[in-house]
Amino acid sequence: MISSTSRHARGLCTLLLLIVPQVVFAVELDMREGVTAMSQDIHWLHTVMLWVCIVIGIIVFGAMGYTIVAHRRSKHPEPANFHEHLGVEIVWTLIPVLILAVLAYPAAKMLSEIEDNSDAALTVLITGSQWKWHYQYLEHDIGFYSNLSTPREQINSCGGWLLADTFCELPDGDSAAGKAERDANEHYLLEVDNPLVLPSNRKVRFLTASNDVIHSWWVPDFAVKQDAIPGFINEAWTNVPQTGTYRGQCTELCGKDHAFMPVVVEVRTEDEFDQWIEDQRLAKELASGQAVADREKTWTLAELKSIGEGVYLANCATCHQPNGAGQGTTYPALDGGEIAIGPMAAHIDRVMNGKAGTEMQSWAPQLSDRDIAAVITYERNAWSNQPDDNIVQPLTIFEYR
Amino acid sequence: MVAHAEHIPHRSGLAAFLSRWLLTTNHKEIGSLYLWFAFLMFFIGGALAMGIRLELFMPGIQLIAPGFYNQLVTMHGLIMVFGAVMPAFVGLANWQIPLMIGAPDMALPRLNNFSFWILPFAFSILLSSFFMEGGAPNFGWTFYAPLSTTYGPDSTDFFVFGVHLMGISSVLGAINIMVTIFNLRTPGMTLMQMPLFVWTWLITAFLLITAIPVLAGAVTMVLTDRHFGTSFFSADGGGDPVLFQHIFWFFGHPEVYIMILPGFGIASQIIPTFARKKLFGYNSMVYATVSIAFLSYVVWGHHMFATGMPLAAELFFMFCTMLIAVPTGVKVFNWVATMWRGSMTFETPMLFAIAFVILFTIGGFSGLMLAMVPADFQYHDTYFVVAHFHYVLYPGAIFGTMAAVYYWLPKWCGHMVDEWWGKLHFWTAITFVNLTFFPMHFSGLAGMPRRIVDYSHQFQDFNLVSSFGAMGLGLTQVLFLFIVIKTIRGGEPATDKVWESAEGLEWTIPSPAPLHTFETPPPWPISETEAHEGAA
Repeated sequence: MISSTSRHARGLCTLLLLIVPQVVFAVELDMREGVTAMSQDIHWLHTVMLWVCIVIGIIVFGAMGYTIVAHRRSKHPEPANFHEHLGVEIVWTLIPVLILAVLAYPAAKMLSEIEDNSDAALTVLITGSQWKWHYQYLEHDIGFYSNLSTPREQINSCGGWLLADTFCELPDGDSAAGKAERDANEHYLLEVDNPLVLPSNRKVRFLTASNDVIHSWWVPDFAVKQDAIPGFINEAWTNVPQTGTYRGQCTELCGKDHAFMPVVVEVRTEDEFDQWIEDQRLAKELASGQAVADREKTWTLAELKSIGEGVYLANCATCHQPNGAGQGTTYPALDGGEIAIGPMAAHIDRVMNGKAGTEMQSWAPQLSDRDIAAVITYERNAWSNQPDDNIVQPLTIFEYR
Repeated sequence: MVAHAEHIPHRSGLAAFLSRWLLTTNHKEIGSLYLWFAFLMFFIGGALAMGIRLELFMPGIQLIAPGFYNQLVTMHGLIMVFGAVMPAFVGLANWQIPLMIGAPDMALPRLNNFSFWILPFAFSILLSSFFMEGGAPNFGWTFYAPLSTTYGPDSTDFFVFGVHLMGISSVLGAINIMVTIFNLRTPGMTLMQMPLFVWTWLITAFLLITAIPVLAGAVTMVLTDRHFGTSFFSADGGGDPVLFQHIFWFFGHPEVYIMILPGFGIASQIIPTFARKKLFGYNSMVYATVSIAFLSYVVWGHHMFATGMPLAAELFFMFCTMLIAVPTGVKVFNWVATMWRGSMTFETPMLFAIAFVILFTIGGFSGLMLAMVPADFQYHDTYFVVAHFHYVLYPGAIFGTMAAVYYWLPKWCGHMVDEWWGKLHFWTAITFVNLTFFPMHFSGLAGMPRRIVDYSHQFQDFNLVSSFGAMGLGLTQVLFLFIVIKTIRGGEPATDKVWESAEGLEWTIPSPAPLHTFETPPPWPISETEAHEGAA
């Protein structure tokens, strides 16, 4: 009996020794200090507040703990009779007022610095849409979308779990393989195809806006969090002294894939940044040359279909599913779908312009002529779809624009 | 809970059951209806929360698709706020306010019946949206535009209708409580002699009748934006999505005090009873509650610091929010001073009341931190906020309600609660509540946004602990249901006074409380001899 108890105890201790250090030491307990002067000031304010709260807590809970021990009936059978004391009450009203006044001063001062958006060297317009960010460098006429790059197979692991079929209308992934890849991916859900690139040591002004619902752009290491509101433009700024890659997320519930619109910022030295801008400009010229070539060419079905599959998986599959089955009535099935096997003109119209009031957005500004032609062609030839007019050329899309 | 059928025409079976519970105008029966309804909603809302926590058990989507996850988050919030916490407090008010002020019933008994029976319909409508095409509301309980207007599912209209019904129920209930308190106090009882539970409910009722119509306005504007071509919240037609947030939080901030003030009242009833000492600073308790209520109308902007507010507005809302710490601090100090040099015993209601004070204060601390605008830019919309408001709501509003149930249940049903079971419930609940919500502070500080269905590896450990705690917390409340039923069905008979040094009119009537009490107003103040007879 005893030995079995001690064996259990030993087992439990071993388990605790294994778990506790992982839980306690492997993770940060405090707010991230970040890399900018602003984030470090805020971290300082947070630390001061935390300690003020801890000290007040120790005093108040200490008094409570003392009275709970000392003034229980077994030790203190005769209760005292006092129930008012004006002096004490005035003191414990005034002391908090004083503490708060002392705290309010640095907070207000810091705030006025945070709200000073003047004298920026660079302005980036950040536009949120379901569920991606668009970055536009206003001085340089460069803009691009930034999408989550974690593959869906790592995220969706509903297969094989109890009740999962009831609440998880996603295609059954291979949950074990997905989990292995997920665990190996250091930046799971915090990686994008095109990060925002910024120069170090320059004041960068952000303008935030939205195409659909409210999003919020947040990079904890910069302490910049600003809502992106449709129809309005907000301002924020940062000045990052260190180069590196910084990650954040959308922090305002923006619909189904709110969890899947990360922010990744690459901060480079000023020279590298200027070089990058130059590269982007060249790439843009190349791309417009490529666009002309694309629309002059007559593409084969196989070519468009293979490009289209990639475009589909990157942009469409999150709602309509990789197998085209959709999700309920909110995200209609494309496999056998009314539009995907209906007249071509309606299909082009829907992809180019979206459907008002739904998450089906206008893809015209987001994708090239070639990619739109490819994805439409893919949708009309994938799964069981076999309409008569099953191919559209980039030139048609160009003319439609 | 107690059958006194003599006033009810004799019927049998279902007809008798329906005529008793559907048509009752008795404050005690309606109070029980409210409490059972809140209990049911508490379990439904809790089941949704456990679904959320199961999905968040580890990274990856294992169980719940992102769209459905958002429905769970939304409905969990709506059901807990409007279905569990608010009706539970109204139920306690129905049972206790007439007993504590010596009134025969609520002032408007038929209205009382009506305000309860709206609720089952309101929540049937809301819950039925789970089975509709497009699913339940999925935009969070705060239903920010344009997610709820342009992009809301079809069921949004049912949500609007449901919220209207709940609002009507709350406003009518609040009017009834105000009229009762102002008109039916036993002769001689001045306002400044009322028990604090009555005081806090009076102030809550004022908050309700002023805040709920604002919510009604917000949902109506959502409805007209959706269907009648208005553009209150759409910039395309000259409106502003941020206007929605101003209107919502103008309701929403008083609402959070609606959900905590009666809890303050409950703690102020229970702590003196078990400390065997009068409440310290009765007057300052009343003034503090009134100041909190006033301040609650000028701090709504602190929910919106990230929306691009001008500096002056940020400063105004920051200072006002910080000011709330002063009256709240006064209340906490007064409770500690009440315990100081008392002669305390720690029956289950006292344990819950003490946990209420401590854990609510922790929620207050994080609230103070959130008030600092610069720091709020880092905390806002992260799990730090989730930790904060769950600390004020779970150990605040819910533990407050549980303390009240343990405190007054012997009066309602005539049986003492089995202390062994009550303490088991307390210690498991307090362990799991901290295990669930404390790690959320850390995941929030590390940068985890709220309302996300999936997260990166850095948040893994804390989420695992939270999920484990949440499962335990859910099971713990089944224990609470068991204890309540067990106590109603039997147990050591309660004396009239129930607790050795309980004070107030409710302890002068028999246990269980007869269906009709105080048909003639009781003498006030309670004479020593009568109080003694009650105890005998």
